Amino acid sequence: MQSTSHAFKDNAHEALGNRHLQSALDKMRAGFPQRRLDAIGKLPEFEDLREQGREIKNHVLENLDWYLERYERNVIAAGGHVHWARTPEEMRQIVLGLCRKLGARTVTKGKTMIAEEVGLNDFLESEGVTPIETDLGEYIIQLRREPPSHIIAPAIHLTKGQVEKTFRETHTDLPPDRNLEEPRSLVAEARTMLREKFLKADVGITGANFLIAETGSSVIVTNEGNGDLTQLLPRAHIVLASLEKIVPTLEDAAALLRLLARSATGQDMSVYTTVSTGPRRAEDPDGPGEYHVILLDNGRSGMLGTEFQEMLRCIRCGACMNHCPVYGAIGGHAYGWVYPGPMGAVLTPSLIGIENAKHLPNASTFCGKCESVCPMKIPLPKMMRHYREREWQRRLSPPAARVGLKFWAFLALRPPLYHFFYAIAAQVLGLLGRRQGSFYNLPLAGAWTATRDMPAPQGRSFQEMWHQRRKKKAV
Amino acid sequence: MSPAREEILGKLRGALKRGPLTGERAAKLEARLANHPAGIVPRRSEGLDRKGLTKLFEDQAVEIATTVERVRTLADVPRAVADYLSCHNLPAEFAAAPDPLVDKVPWSERPLLKLKRGKPSPTDAVGLSVGFCGIAETGTLMLLSGPDNPSTLNFLPDDHIVILPASRVVGPMEEAWRQLRESRGGAMPRTVNFITGPSRTGDIEQKLEMGAHGPRRQHILIVEDESLR
Repeated sequence: MQSTSHAFKDNAHEALGNRHLQSALDKMRAGFPQRRLDAIGKLPEFEDLREQGREIKNHVLENLDWYLERYERNVIAAGGHVHWARTPEEMRQIVLGLCRKLGARTVTKGKTMIAEEVGLNDFLESEGVTPIETDLGEYIIQLRREPPSHIIAPAIHLTKGQVEKTFRETHTDLPPDRNLEEPRSLVAEARTMLREKFLKADVGITGANFLIAETGSSVIVTNEGNGDLTQLLPRAHIVLASLEKIVPTLEDAAALLRLLARSATGQDMSVYTTVSTGPRRAEDPDGPGEYHVILLDNGRSGMLGTEFQEMLRCIRCGACMNHCPVYGAIGGHAYGWVYPGPMGAVLTPSLIGIENAKHLPNASTFCGKCESVCPMKIPLPKMMRHYREREWQRRLSPPAARVGLKFWAFLALRPPLYHFFYAIAAQVLGLLGRRQGSFYNLPLAGAWTATRDMPAPQGRSFQEMWHQRRKKKAV
Repeated sequence: MSPAREEILGKLRGALKRGPLTGERAAKLEARLANHPAGIVPRRSEGLDRKGLTKLFEDQAVEIATTVERVRTLADVPRAVADYLSCHNLPAEFAAAPDPLVDKVPWSERPLLKLKRGKPSPTDAVGLSVGFCGIAETGTLMLLSGPDNPSTLNFLPDDHIVILPASRVVGPMEEAWRQLRESRGGAMPRTVNFITGPSRTGDIEQKLEMGAHGPRRQHILIVEDESLR
């Protein structure tokens, strides 16, 4: 997918003024956090499970090469195939090669962020293979030719009115006077349209929430059942996954599943958790005749052994974005690439380079909510700070900020000078602002005061007051 | 071996500052896979007897919009199925899994019911399967693919009825895995489906709607007969 992460600031401004988006985001902010809280409230072990999840993934990452080889061996033993892709280009070519070999014309797709990451849909289309998204949210945004705005709720930026308009424009064979006012009728219409596609598809592509080394299985989790119809009906099932999806055993998968749905949607379990191992057996009445897994690196091996290794624990639940005040204000599209929110602010620069995504690690108030709700205890703010440091070292931050920070650092290293300047500033600003109580604009801080007022200082600095109080006490 | 594979594995080892794992470290990992230790298991299903487990399973299933009916023996199943079909105004013909347990049901007592054994056709409105396990922890059904239970039965029909002997209700998911390992000597079926309620979506304005792609309704018949395995 083409990134617009470099234009984050413009994207964010636009998002703040988008009425539809703001109304959709209002609903999100009210929904996800409360449901998560309700679900974990019913599971006293949740905190211990987080710690355990963190340990399982850390263990996997320390032994990732071994587990990947073992996983591969077991996929092959079950009659499946494993392909390795270093880059998005390699993954696209492998998928296309398989489609060509199978003579595939249409491909149904369960939700996969990896396919978004490698830009699979546009590529397949340009090669004459028709990809059909089957997750309702993904289907809607595919019709609208938009990228997902959330990793588990891809159409969360849209209102039902917008969806209705899209369906009327696309499903032109249906009676124009049909009632599509309520989500119920929209869901029913999508179900009918997609059922036909499921039955006709030649190949089904899904992602994977987990890959189990012990058995060579892939696991997907959905609420709709689209991932299952996608993999069961066509002649072949292709799984797209990144390297770090490995877990050692079925029991480890059970442990992480307890964290995933609760953190994501506030369910104890998503409706469908499906564990797939190889192609259909000789005696099976249904299921895909071929089973392929394509493992994608795309920069992840470069994160291992660095300060960003912990990001590879991510299980893509979306809790960090559901709780993020910045995501909640601007939605996912502003982030400009596949992964939005706090996890995207770390993952995007890791995968496409900090020079292409330098604003993202700055799109944070460092309130720490993301880390506190992360089921895998990923220290997201710390990693954003690492990226800010890198940005500084590589001189990617804007000159005004660099000069300002250098000036501040010069003063901060000289406390008497700092207090002197600060006292003068507090006095002058206090005098100037006494009448109105706050400033509507300030020189050098125009961007800041454009959207908020700066309260006027009270004339004395904290340090001054502190010293005075101590003197009084001494007397 | 593909160059991509070798390069990726090489990079991972480079990042971990070591070569391929051998000796004691590899043996430790082997042992972890062989022993597949269970981690923290939620206490909510701990120490429950058969009655307690069945109750927890039923409560949890109802919570996620599954409907449940308890019947005493397999002989009660035809009546329960017929009632369900007529209650929801469904056709008397349905696709039923070729599972041996379905053979034991005295269907002839309800001659109007018409069973089609095998995988469903796209027009079948109702599917009937047999559950491998019921997981009380979350009200989840565990179904295994194979000649006895085609997986498409779980997804194509609008209504999915599952027969579940009460003796197959277990506490946590780990126990369900244990049963699978025991029953098949560790061999995985092509598909293991964990099903927790009917299909749903919240993709439009986060409003929960049932029946996105899979069944609109999920109905479980718990057969209490203790002699049934």
